[in-house]
Amino acid sequence: MKLFNLRGGVHPEGRKDLSADIQVRALPLPKLLYVPLQQHIGAPASPAVKVGDHVLKGQLLAAAQGTVSSSIHAPTSGVVIALGDHAAPHPSGLPVPTITLESDGNDTWIATQTLDDPFFLSAEDIAARVAAAGIVGLGGATFPAALKLNLSRNSGVQTLIMNGGECEPYLTCDDRIMRERAVDIIEGIRLIALAVAAKEILVGIEDNKPEAIAAMQSAAKGSEVKVVAMPSMYPMGSEKQIIQVLTGKEIPAGGRPADIGVLVHNVATAFAVQQAIRYGRPLISRLVTVSGGAIKSPCNVEALVGTPVQELIDFAGGYSQPASRLVLGGPMMGQQFSNTKVPVVKGTSGVLALTSKEIGKAEPSPCIRCSTCVRACPVGLLPLEMAARIRVSDLAGAVTLGLKDCISCGSCSYVCPAHIPLVHYFNYAKGDLSTQERSKLKQESTKKLAEARNERIARIERERAEAAAKRKAAREAKERAAAAAKAATEAA
Amino acid sequence: MISALTSLTILGAVLGLILGFAARVFRVEGNKLAEEILEILPGSQCGQCGFPGCAGAAQALTEGRAPVTLCPPGGRAVVLALAAKLGKDADMADVKETVPMIAEVKEEICIGCTRCFKVCPTDAIMGAAQQIHSVFREACTACGKCEEVCPTESIKMQPIPVTLQSWYWHKPLTSEAV
Repeated sequence: MKLFNLRGGVHPEGRKDLSADIQVRALPLPKLLYVPLQQHIGAPASPAVKVGDHVLKGQLLAAAQGTVSSSIHAPTSGVVIALGDHAAPHPSGLPVPTITLESDGNDTWIATQTLDDPFFLSAEDIAARVAAAGIVGLGGATFPAALKLNLSRNSGVQTLIMNGGECEPYLTCDDRIMRERAVDIIEGIRLIALAVAAKEILVGIEDNKPEAIAAMQSAAKGSEVKVVAMPSMYPMGSEKQIIQVLTGKEIPAGGRPADIGVLVHNVATAFAVQQAIRYGRPLISRLVTVSGGAIKSPCNVEALVGTPVQELIDFAGGYSQPASRLVLGGPMMGQQFSNTKVPVVKGTSGVLALTSKEIGKAEPSPCIRCSTCVRACPVGLLPLEMAARIRVSDLAGAVTLGLKDCISCGSCSYVCPAHIPLVHYFNYAKGDLSTQERSKLKQESTKKLAEARNERIARIERERAEAAAKRKAAREAKERAAAAAKAATEAA
Repeated sequence: MISALTSLTILGAVLGLILGFAARVFRVEGNKLAEEILEILPGSQCGQCGFPGCAGAAQALTEGRAPVTLCPPGGRAVVLALAAKLGKDADMADVKETVPMIAEVKEEICIGCTRCFKVCPTDAIMGAAQQIHSVFREACTACGKCEEVCPTESIKMQPIPVTLQSWYWHKPLTSEAV
């Protein structure tokens, strides 16, 4: 198959060999599980259980609320011991509403419905079952999968692309899932294709995973699924980039893949979809890579959602040397964190403990306008110019240069010879802009409130004056009548 | 005598007509700029700028009697919008980098006097006599009017708590040159 060229991109050292060849093992059942109500983009789920309730594995803990939301299910059987705040798996470490579950050790499943032939289901039925299983995009963006299926079906998607790129260094969880569960993944892919009536199905896998490609190819034999090897390059696994490489089409600025008739899902999401449709199992666990130079024996584990990260690190033998930085996700786009009590969530692809040598932190020096970042940017932006504007608080200037099209992949920061934290500038600017946007919206609504109040006060005053005038008129009329009556009696 | 009178009368009448006509055709609309500026301002009429309400502040801004940084509840966004509208450079040094605030009622000492509830320009306070009041976060502009009238100091401006949705990375330090 003809592949198209990708603009920019970088070639970071893969370091995937640390964990790629070790079979996935299930993590021992943790005693306490911290299940955040928000593990997806959109509105947090609303709790469906009370403290003290006994729940079974796979039982609904919190239901989706609103259009963009996702349900949360019990990762094991046990008792809900708290509904409260727990540190989020996020660089801020802020507390977020979390359901704490104490496992009873039995791991008893709720009654589930197994389908012998899931392919007779209608497209709507598949999407409904995916929604009920609380499946979100497992590539990292955690967008509710059912919503994406419905949106894509309504906009007439032609091509379904399954993302097996896994371009982030260190991470091998998608590699392992494709090697070990290829048959199930292919079934999941065909179910997704059925749900969106896609005509073409492509699975893009980077060529640094030959075993995964072979496994997927043999599982896909005889089906309409086409497995394609792509060159290894970062950020090949980004939605926009994988579309560009496989189809040659580019998503318009501010647009979505559906605008050009494409739907992209991660291969791990396809596995979750297959489990949900065939076995009725909600998304309660995922594969997580535990790796990094500071981890004693890097590996991939199947961890329940809500498992404290510390348990994963312990399972991988703990630290072999002091970790300088802990990261959730990959080293390029992952989130730094420090509290290892934070839980694994649906979007956690990796737990990395990196040594100071691996981080390679260096003091930034002035920009010499070498434009290495411009060549590395996969979107075709001018990182140095945007950063220069953001530095002097000219965010509007950065937006005109295309800040909103930046995918925060970090390629520019990675290649910058002056170690300027370019992507940090962009993330800051995007956050600041969205805060401004929010405050503007709030201002508009409060302005309406103020106007409504002024009108109300004016109306009340007017009505009061009118009522007073009426009373006065009535009183005067009465007096006049009394005077007239008096005059009449006197006259008589 | 008569010719002088008639000519002057005719002159007066003609000129008067022209003036009257001109007044209708070339009528000057109210200051558009002031109206546009009023659109930008929060409209809560809190009076913290020292002008009588937002309309007064807008008038002062058009006449250049006030700096673009005059509006405390508007924050940085309003300063930037005003600077762009008026073509002025916003001196951000004048804008206090205050965190966004919001009114909060200390329920233990609220006596339910309804004074705050009466002065709130955006109806952001809910309450009734002898009832504990509370604040609608979405509607509060932190104008501070309620704080002034509260007899028990139970209503106070507090920074809006940071959530996962509102948190973002700080700006890289300026020593990190670009």
